[in-house]
Amino acid sequence: MALDVAADPALALAVRRALDTVRDPELDESIVSLDFVASVQVDGERVTVELRLPTYFCAPNFAYLMVADAHDAVRSVPGVERAVIRLIDHFASEEINAGIAGGRGFAGSFPGLADDELADLRLTFRRKAHRAGQERCASGLVASGWTVSRLADGTLADVPPGLDLDRLKRRRLELGLPASDDAPLLVDDAGEPITDLDLPAQLRFARTTRISIEGNAALCRGLLEVRYRRDQEVPG
Amino acid sequence: MYTKNGDTYFIVDGHVHAWDATPANQANRYGEGFINCFYDYHRNLSPEDKVWSKEDFFTQSEERILKDLFEDGYVDKAIFQPTYLTDFYVNGFNTTEQNGAIAERHPDKFIANGSWDPRDGEAGLSALAELAERWQLRGVKLYTAEWKGESKGWKLTDPWSYRYLDKCQELGITNIHIHKGPTIYPLNRDAFDVADVDDVASAFPELNFIVEHVGLPRLEDFCWIATQEPNVYGGLAVAMPFIHSRPRYFAQIVGELLYWIGEDRISFASDYAIWTPDWLIERFVDFSIPEDMTEYPALTTDVKKKILGLNMAKLYDIDVPEQLRLPEAESGAVGAEPEPVA
Repeated sequence: MALDVAADPALALAVRRALDTVRDPELDESIVSLDFVASVQVDGERVTVELRLPTYFCAPNFAYLMVADAHDAVRSVPGVERAVIRLIDHFASEEINAGIAGGRGFAGSFPGLADDELADLRLTFRRKAHRAGQERCASGLVASGWTVSRLADGTLADVPPGLDLDRLKRRRLELGLPASDDAPLLVDDAGEPITDLDLPAQLRFARTTRISIEGNAALCRGLLEVRYRRDQEVPG
Repeated sequence: MYTKNGDTYFIVDGHVHAWDATPANQANRYGEGFINCFYDYHRNLSPEDKVWSKEDFFTQSEERILKDLFEDGYVDKAIFQPTYLTDFYVNGFNTTEQNGAIAERHPDKFIANGSWDPRDGEAGLSALAELAERWQLRGVKLYTAEWKGESKGWKLTDPWSYRYLDKCQELGITNIHIHKGPTIYPLNRDAFDVADVDDVASAFPELNFIVEHVGLPRLEDFCWIATQEPNVYGGLAVAMPFIHSRPRYFAQIVGELLYWIGEDRISFASDYAIWTPDWLIERFVDFSIPEDMTEYPALTTDVKKKILGLNMAKLYDIDVPEQLRLPEAESGAVGAEPEPVA
């Protein structure tokens, strides 16, 4: 379990809640539930958060997004005057930490190694997460007796309330896609309803995407677990 | 060869190494970080009784390699795939020469593949021709995330990469193994994206592109391109050990591959020494896709024979004993008859 040191437990809790809204863009899960938050330290109005990742070589772009998002999330907590987010045990820790602290952006943190910021990367993975989320909801309906072709006429109101629906709606809002109850159940990246004709193939591909994301998340959890268990043992 | 319940399987391990990651060979913190990362994969995904000490993991003697692969591991032919990492390791992590020296002493057991890096430009092209002649190369392994000075990786669609692929065609190097890693220029893109494989597979229809780790962590992108490019194959290195730790996920990976690209383009690999082939093969032969996963084709004995050796044997013209072959047949997967899906 990650370590929290705080003179002000209420503020530490608020910081943790804020961190819980930060997701690994690739795995589409909260960095708190993934156990990426190594420690939260509250010292007056200054908050220091240490983040850790499953491997030393995790992709630096996703790592950067998490550190940047964590910085914004913590900074927005009332009572926090200064937020310091430190990525630890990563090959690019230094560049990322200094880049975030100095507000240099991604390209500025890796001079000569990046030709743009990370907006496109984030969008690609939000779309993947959205497709996977739609597939989760649609599979649920099929399991409860819906035919695949009927899904083309479905709306979000047809999905039973629960985590899958909440999550799908949040992904829709982030992408600016229709998220109200009467919105189509299945839409493409542009928000257009997926037609009866395209539906089986689109759903099939969305399933592959979902399996890939879920599988990666489980692998990352396992790697993080052995990585930090190892460090607690006598080296040998 | 592995026999179970009267069925005998010809085994080709498509991805093995003879590496040196000992502290003396580590050039810097990156070399240390790299082997630690491999070791965590090893520890996380191996059965408890197959976990090695860190010392055993740093490097393996020739005797140990032979024992693990051929005495205990049922392998008939193993393909060495080099990973140079010369920026991380003093003498390189796992070079063609390191592998080749062993392969040369046991020519019936190994195939040694080479490698190239488009950033080596014109000089690298001649070096490739020499390497091909020296080791009689039939294949190369490319690691796009390899660091080289200031550069943190490359793409198959880089202009010089086309020159090298041309050269491969000219030299008769027909099998291009591709391993995607986490860093690539430019760093703001998804380094694991396999779209560049799609482009070169279209441009070089006579070459075979074997995507290692079946594109993980981008299984969906891999399936997508492999469905459309008949010369794209999937190597199961890193996917195999899930058979122990997460069998349902393993079933999904294999099921997805069977659905999208079919039984003729999937091939077994242990990724030795991250894992040893013995337990992977034993469990794979015993494995079936769970009954509730009705959406997937069956993993029959014939399909297992293809995956465990026959498919890769075809790519490398490995002579398979008559009684271990299968009659030719259509696979029937989505990718067997490419059609647009979206």
